[in-house]
Amino acid sequence: MPEIKVTPLGAGQDVGRSCILVSIAGKNVMLDCGMHMGYNDDRRFPDFSYITQNGRLTDFLDCVIISHFHLDHCGALPYFSEMVGYDGPIYMTHPTKAICPILLEDYRKITVDKKGETNFFTSQMIKDCMKKVVAVHLHQTVQVDEELEIKAYYAGHVLGAAMFQIKVGCESVVYTGDYNMTPDRHLGAAWIDKCRPDLLISESTYATTIRDSKRCRERDFLKKVHETVERGGKVLIPVFALGRAQELCILLETFWERMNLKAPIYFSTGLTEKANHYYKLFITWTNQKIRKTFVQRNMFEFKHIKAFDRAFADNPGPMVVFATPGMLHAGQSLQIFRKWAGNEKNMVIMPGYCVQGTVGHKILSGQRKLEMEGRQILEVKMQVEYMSFSAHADAKGIMQLIRQAEPRNVLLVHGEAKKMEFLKQKIEQEFHVSCYMPANGETTTIFTNPSIPVDISLGLLKRETTIGLVPDVKKPKLMHGTLIMKDNSFRLVSPEQALKELGLAEHQLRFTCRVHIQDPRKEHETVLRVYNHLKGVLKDYSVQHLPDGSITVESILIQATAHSEDQGTKVLLVSWTYQDEELGSYLTSLLKKGLPQSTA
Amino acid sequence: LKLYCLSGHPTLPCNVLKFKSTTIMLDCGLDMTSTLNFLPLPLVQSPRLSKLPGWVLKDGSTFLDKELKECSGHVFVDSVPEFCLPETELLDLSTVDVILISNYHCMMALPYITEYTGFTGTVYATEPTVQIGRLLMEELVNSIERVPKAQSASMWKNKEVQRLLPTPLKDAVEVSMWRKCYTMPEVNAALSKIQLVGYSQKIELFGAVQVTPLSSGYALGSSNWIIQSHYEKVSYVSGSSLLTTHPQPMDQASLKNSDVLILTGLTQIPTANPDGMVGEFCSNLAMTVRNGGNVLVPCYPSGVIYDLLECLYQYIDSAGLSNVPFYFISPVANSSLEFSQIFAEWLCHNKQTKVYLPEPPFPHAELIQTNKLKHYPSIHGDFSNDFKQPCVVFTGHPSLRFGDVVHFMELWGKSSLNTVIFTEPDFSYLDALAPYQPLAMKCVYCPIDTRLNFIQVSKLLKEVQPLHVVCPEQYTQPPPTQSHRTDLMVDCQPPPMSYRRAEVLTLPYKRRYEKIEIMPDLADSLVPLEIKPGISLATVSAVLHTKDNKHVLQLPPKPPQPPASKKRKRVSDDVPECKPLKPLLSGSIPVDQFVQTLEKHGFSDVKVEDTAKGHIVLLQEAETLIQIEEDSTHIICDNDEPLRVKLRDLVLKFLQKF
Repeated sequence: MPEIKVTPLGAGQDVGRSCILVSIAGKNVMLDCGMHMGYNDDRRFPDFSYITQNGRLTDFLDCVIISHFHLDHCGALPYFSEMVGYDGPIYMTHPTKAICPILLEDYRKITVDKKGETNFFTSQMIKDCMKKVVAVHLHQTVQVDEELEIKAYYAGHVLGAAMFQIKVGCESVVYTGDYNMTPDRHLGAAWIDKCRPDLLISESTYATTIRDSKRCRERDFLKKVHETVERGGKVLIPVFALGRAQELCILLETFWERMNLKAPIYFSTGLTEKANHYYKLFITWTNQKIRKTFVQRNMFEFKHIKAFDRAFADNPGPMVVFATPGMLHAGQSLQIFRKWAGNEKNMVIMPGYCVQGTVGHKILSGQRKLEMEGRQILEVKMQVEYMSFSAHADAKGIMQLIRQAEPRNVLLVHGEAKKMEFLKQKIEQEFHVSCYMPANGETTTIFTNPSIPVDISLGLLKRETTIGLVPDVKKPKLMHGTLIMKDNSFRLVSPEQALKELGLAEHQLRFTCRVHIQDPRKEHETVLRVYNHLKGVLKDYSVQHLPDGSITVESILIQATAHSEDQGTKVLLVSWTYQDEELGSYLTSLLKKGLPQSTA
Repeated sequence: LKLYCLSGHPTLPCNVLKFKSTTIMLDCGLDMTSTLNFLPLPLVQSPRLSKLPGWVLKDGSTFLDKELKECSGHVFVDSVPEFCLPETELLDLSTVDVILISNYHCMMALPYITEYTGFTGTVYATEPTVQIGRLLMEELVNSIERVPKAQSASMWKNKEVQRLLPTPLKDAVEVSMWRKCYTMPEVNAALSKIQLVGYSQKIELFGAVQVTPLSSGYALGSSNWIIQSHYEKVSYVSGSSLLTTHPQPMDQASLKNSDVLILTGLTQIPTANPDGMVGEFCSNLAMTVRNGGNVLVPCYPSGVIYDLLECLYQYIDSAGLSNVPFYFISPVANSSLEFSQIFAEWLCHNKQTKVYLPEPPFPHAELIQTNKLKHYPSIHGDFSNDFKQPCVVFTGHPSLRFGDVVHFMELWGKSSLNTVIFTEPDFSYLDALAPYQPLAMKCVYCPIDTRLNFIQVSKLLKEVQPLHVVCPEQYTQPPPTQSHRTDLMVDCQPPPMSYRRAEVLTLPYKRRYEKIEIMPDLADSLVPLEIKPGISLATVSAVLHTKDNKHVLQLPPKPPQPPASKKRKRVSDDVPECKPLKPLLSGSIPVDQFVQTLEKHGFSDVKVEDTAKGHIVLLQEAETLIQIEEDSTHIICDNDEPLRVKLRDLVLKFLQKF
């Protein structure tokens, strides 16, 4: 039986290092190629040796698909393609293709230049890797080869994020990547049609969370920023350059405008400024409202938000600063944090998830004394706030997506095992479909039962559809044809055509049965009685009395002759072909019972 | 497969294709050449135009002098300009299921179709097509509505009257079909019926037909369309270009293996080379400005203007024009310039690469930043303060009948220092200029039409090899003004089928197969037999279900088990329910082996007689006779059903079933 096999190399019951192998109808596809922020050793990348022990990845994989530009979905790509070696196609959307190399370069710089690692991918490798990328449009059907096609759907989450449908024949898998089912300030909601895949592979970061309304969180955020600024404090918001940064900038920009606030807002230069350019140029990927009004007012041209210079950090008075990176593990955000941490008037707002080991994670878990480089102890007096602005679907959203796509099976990745377990039960209860949650390296096999498409000759189909013009549910019409299987083509034709095509002659098998009837009357009277009898019994059939004295029932012929010896007995010759076997057999047994003693 | 041709204009097509029970309209072009018969609509009161004499018939009657004015020997209708709509009577347009739009120039009649014919279907177009199409419509509506005209002339349209008019009014066709411009609410209503699509997106229509837009290389978001079922493929090629300008290149490969290729929207200026024209444009512009004159470029607010601005961007410094202001005046100028920068995915490779940097794909962003290019919604307001001469003005409409261009024609027409450069190929420039004559200003004609020329067409057709080509009749003969140029026509084998306005063509094609799905449980029950090496057969008896034009074969339902306690049945209860179908038989019966088999099954008195065509096998005791010939077997017996069935099954053993 045809089957689909799924093996997560990363993101199996885990967040980070997303990398999922799918085998469908003889095609092998790798979904995402991410890195893990929690590791600095071999475990940061997926174990590609799992794919093939000996032999080239290019020979084994038909294509690689990257869902969006976050490093836990694309961070291992140059390693995979240039160091392990893969030359096949890599698919991603245009914005992802634009932004992905910049984040990879940034990641490389931090790893090699700051941490001094060697044996890491180089800038040239990133460039060479990106040359293998084929950009796809939303909803475009990309023919990877003759059989394998993929199609991208809008996923929200970040600029250019997409869900992908992978299809071979009538079997299909949908991979969601990370998605968001509610529109936010700059992106729209994920959307998919009722494509009824055999399998839906969904992220499940917020598998157990039903989030409160976004408005509440936004109000909360603005209130905290406002209060801090009002009392003369400084607000630090560590962000990653692309994604939440833009959403929070829009939020603050409109708030400042409305409240007529004067305190400066800065974002750290470099990436974020560049990022805003991407948002401007890829505005068709943002939400309806921004797209509609961008000519009058481009939401990514900020009036109140200005570029940051490191000297500003020592300026007196209130200010708000967006700085990278988002987990306070290095760079400008950490520098500013060290400067401001000692003052209880200040505040740091962490708008997203922080991986263990980072300063962000430490202060969020309540640590107030941090050991910095050189054994220096940093005492944190500033206020620490956590506010989730990650754009992942919550439990409600995941259920909603399942309802939209109507998959036959669901498989959960990109989440924590305990939470997945809960969601899995919920999905199985509500949708009565199987739900899987394999760990890394564990293979899930799903059996599909595809129907087989064949070519039917129009003659045969028309014959059948015209016969059954008025479809009767109770008495379905049987259709009879011959399936010709030649090479890989399947054609259903009428038996006559099949014989003709194969150059075979039909062999006619005919039966003629002698039925003896006791009837002293003249032959033609006997015939008339037979005719009336049959006519009475076989109401649904065409019974005809021909001028030459014979009777036909459909194509069965009945003739009467006198018995050569016994004048009181008539012999009925009933003649039919094998195709009318059933009716012919029925007629002989009917006639054998004799004619009813009619008074006529 | 039928094609209803609603427009006679080869580059502004409107055809309806009936394909497998779906009715598909291909484009919605609006023929605006009719406006050339009207007087221009001046934004500012024009003493010259208002003083034009009324037209007087030869016999001196003056009843038309309010409607028709004379200018330099030409007669114009003094009324709100009107457009020539596609045929609306050839078929009931409310039956149209979908409308496919190929580019923003070919959707200008959309509001007339969607708002006036009872249309309830869906329109499909790409996002750039819709956005820029909206801008073109907005500009059109705006430039006509802002100059309200008190009178609407209709007397001249009377057939009896029209006969008396001078050419070209006398020969104007379908004047009863001419209509005034639509309104913004109608535009919005029409555009709300559009569903956005991307290149290579497969769109299912009623399960019967799949349509797919392909990049056509002509304009931002411009598409050709594939309309196909599993077995037939119609390609609709409309407005395509093989030149490398700003849009994504044309997708030719996907047009292969078409049964029918409908070819419209070829270049209107087959003899002009677009690159040469751009060069001439630049040099004429530079010369005029250097001599202290102004340059007027009548244009659409999107399309070629992007390429012209890009050329000028590279040209102005070297030509010493850095201080000459460029003005782009249109109610949608700003929107057009902004929109052009956000459609990275629809641009050629070079421009896409710029976006990845990230930089704006078109250099006009820099022209605006450096104040070399300024844009204004109209000549009123800011423009009048900033206006400096000599300058270059890009503005619409190319017909010179409405829009801000009318003002500049009136303003600059009297001086021979100034130049008007025609780049848009849609209107004859001499006709466009007629109501401004006599004119001192220089006129330069540099039509830039990047659409396919005939050499490219014949190369394309050789490449994609359609079985049949259908095109407007204009393409099947040389242009009327160059009748000796037999190279300026579509040349292919078999010769193209041509159409003209209001014609209905039956397209040649023969369908022999349809797709059907065999359900897995039915497939499992099939028993394939290898008949010849590599060819297997299986007989299929199944129930056919057809829903939404999709066919599915299922296992026949098992006959319900008769209830255990049998009541006494009437005879008729036994009548076979549905007509059972037995397979066809093939093969022949070897007599010797057959006789052996009979004997093995207990028939001891078998006798064989030879006949002319075969044999007769006699079972004497059973009074049974079996005639065996090459292609037939006839069993003649008494009414002994067990015997007959036994013989039947023995015969069947020797035959193959189909």
